[in-house]
Amino acid sequence: MAAKTKNNQDGETRRDFLQLTAGAFGAVGAGAVAWPFINSLNPAKDTLALSTTEVDLTPVEIGQSITVMWRGKPVFIRHRTQEEIEEAREVDTADLRDKQTDEDRVEKPEWLVLVGICTHLGCVPVGQKNTEPRGDFGGWFCPCHGSHYDTSGRIRKGPAPKNLAVPPYEFTSDTSIKIG
Amino acid sequence: MASGPREKFDNPVVEWIDSRLPVFTLMNKEYGVFPTPKNFNYFWNFGAIAMFMLVTMIVSGIVLAMHYTANVGMAFDSVERIMRDVNGGWLIRYIHMNGASFFFIAVFIHMFRGMYYGSYKQPRELLWILGVVIFLLMMATAFMGYVLPWGQMSYWGATVITNLFSAIPLVGEKIVTLLWGGFSVDNPTLNRFFALHYLMPFVIFAVVFLHVWALHVTGSNNPAGIEPKTKKDTLPFHPYYTMKDTFGLLVFIIVYALFVFYAPDYLGHPDNYTPANPLVTPAHIVPEWYFLPFYAMLRAITFDIGIPFTDITIISAKLGGVLTMFGSIALLILLPWLDTHPIRSARYRPLFRTFLLLFVVVFVFLGYVGSQPADATLGPLPLSVFGLLGTAYYYGFFLVILPWLSKNEKGRDLPASIHESVLG
Ligand code: HEM
Ligand code: FES
Repeated sequence: MAAKTKNNQDGETRRDFLQLTAGAFGAVGAGAVAWPFINSLNPAKDTLALSTTEVDLTPVEIGQSITVMWRGKPVFIRHRTQEEIEEAREVDTADLRDKQTDEDRVEKPEWLVLVGICTHLGCVPVGQKNTEPRGDFGGWFCPCHGSHYDTSGRIRKGPAPKNLAVPPYEFTSDTSIKIG
Repeated sequence: MASGPREKFDNPVVEWIDSRLPVFTLMNKEYGVFPTPKNFNYFWNFGAIAMFMLVTMIVSGIVLAMHYTANVGMAFDSVERIMRDVNGGWLIRYIHMNGASFFFIAVFIHMFRGMYYGSYKQPRELLWILGVVIFLLMMATAFMGYVLPWGQMSYWGATVITNLFSAIPLVGEKIVTLLWGGFSVDNPTLNRFFALHYLMPFVIFAVVFLHVWALHVTGSNNPAGIEPKTKKDTLPFHPYYTMKDTFGLLVFIIVYALFVFYAPDYLGHPDNYTPANPLVTPAHIVPEWYFLPFYAMLRAITFDIGIPFTDITIISAKLGGVLTMFGSIALLILLPWLDTHPIRSARYRPLFRTFLLLFVVVFVFLGYVGSQPADATLGPLPLSVFGLLGTAYYYGFFLVILPWLSKNEKGRDLPASIHESVLG
């Protein structure tokens, strides 16, 4: 009788082990099958292929701004005036919510390139035209929940947590850039 | 669905089927002779009404899907074509559009009924939770449906709501890209939303089935909030409640039809008749009315929560808003354990009744706050202050008032039986 119980117990631990390993393999297998399905929802190759945009800057006069599309998003390019550059550089970064110097945000001081998406909940701020409101700091103003951005696209007032993003870009010549 | 002893049917065809698959026995047991408390008031109609609305949405939706094109270049025009060229298309679309609103009206009233009469309490906790799950699925379905016509509100609503997930620390941005299938709301997003919008109502249907199954295990609650004890306390479901439900449903349909035929766009937003434009945000983004109270809670948190006197932020305003909004639904799931008072019905709990009615007022007021621009004011104060106060009451009701009342409210004497409570 006692021997039998012992045997039983032995069987039990072996069974536990087999069940655990089978379960673990099953879980890993299920995950491995699920992944391609989930990953198929990530950006497809053609979507990724659209992820660079070339822009010719020659027609943009000083003080003017243009909006181009990059990855389905608006990108703001502003040909800044001397005053705008100075204004952006005079600010003490310690006072900023998202501390960044203007120098860190531009390749060439006269060209400011930004993703035109408010970092709060994704609206497009206004201020691209001289006739539009530009908020208290002369840059852009987001009407959705009232975020004010300065002439470097930095958040100065309102609910947005971050500065307007600077997309990756490079100058391919003196007057053209490639975004992305 | 057990195949226990079965009574024979007279009709030979019915009997032939039933002896092989007892569907008639099942229907008769659950909807024919099913013993139902005899004191139901009209609040008990809204379950059946919600069921009717679900079927209406599925039928009208399938027909719409036969004419609709889920592509950013064509979606808006295909909906306009439904409105102008498809035979009776305008009617089908207005039935679907207003149907979503009336579905929510029915479900809000249904949920209020559950709260007022304590239907979430033991032994109906799971029944209640399944209801909250249905509510969540409905919100997701309606949100994705609203994106399909690809108007300005569709586009910007989708942008703002999907961006909420970017508040999640570390993986937020990745999740948002995964949701979009790109770097902004675009064609891949529209396509998957359409696929899910088609699927989810059927998932809802399955959960409704579980919800009704659970209901038929515990039986219905009733306005007195006490269990039926004798035969005197109940009536067979048919014909008593089939008739009462039909009558209430007809009244509801009349009101619904008034909107469909005479004010089809009253509950909607004119901006959604402008095609989506990723470069221009409408001046004032508002969700559909049934989301407004939750939207107000999202916007109520306008401040970072961090360690005092340092620059360290633990929860940013954005994340705080998102947590507050989703938390408000999580509280509903926890409700059976937050209110543990032995008396179910608010009829016999005057204090609970007062706080609950105030809760309803606050909830509606939050809806008003959610409908206003973010910089609106009420009197001398910014409206967001009231949004915060309302949110505080919402949370306080669940987390402070209900547990406190559970311990301290005395309550009135309960009637001895349902029969007695009806006789007065
Ligand atoms: C829980 C049930 C459902 C809800 C709450 C719901 C909600 C909505 C909403 C709010 C809209 C936007 C209406 C507008 O503003 O134009 C919509 C559109 C749409 N829905 Fe549904 N729906 C449901 C079920 C279904 C089903 C089952 C289908 C298809 C099988 C469907 C197909 C469509 C289509 C094709 C559109 C786009 C046409 C249009 O905008 O009118 N829906 N839905
Ligand atoms: S989205 Fe710009 S302030 Fe909210």
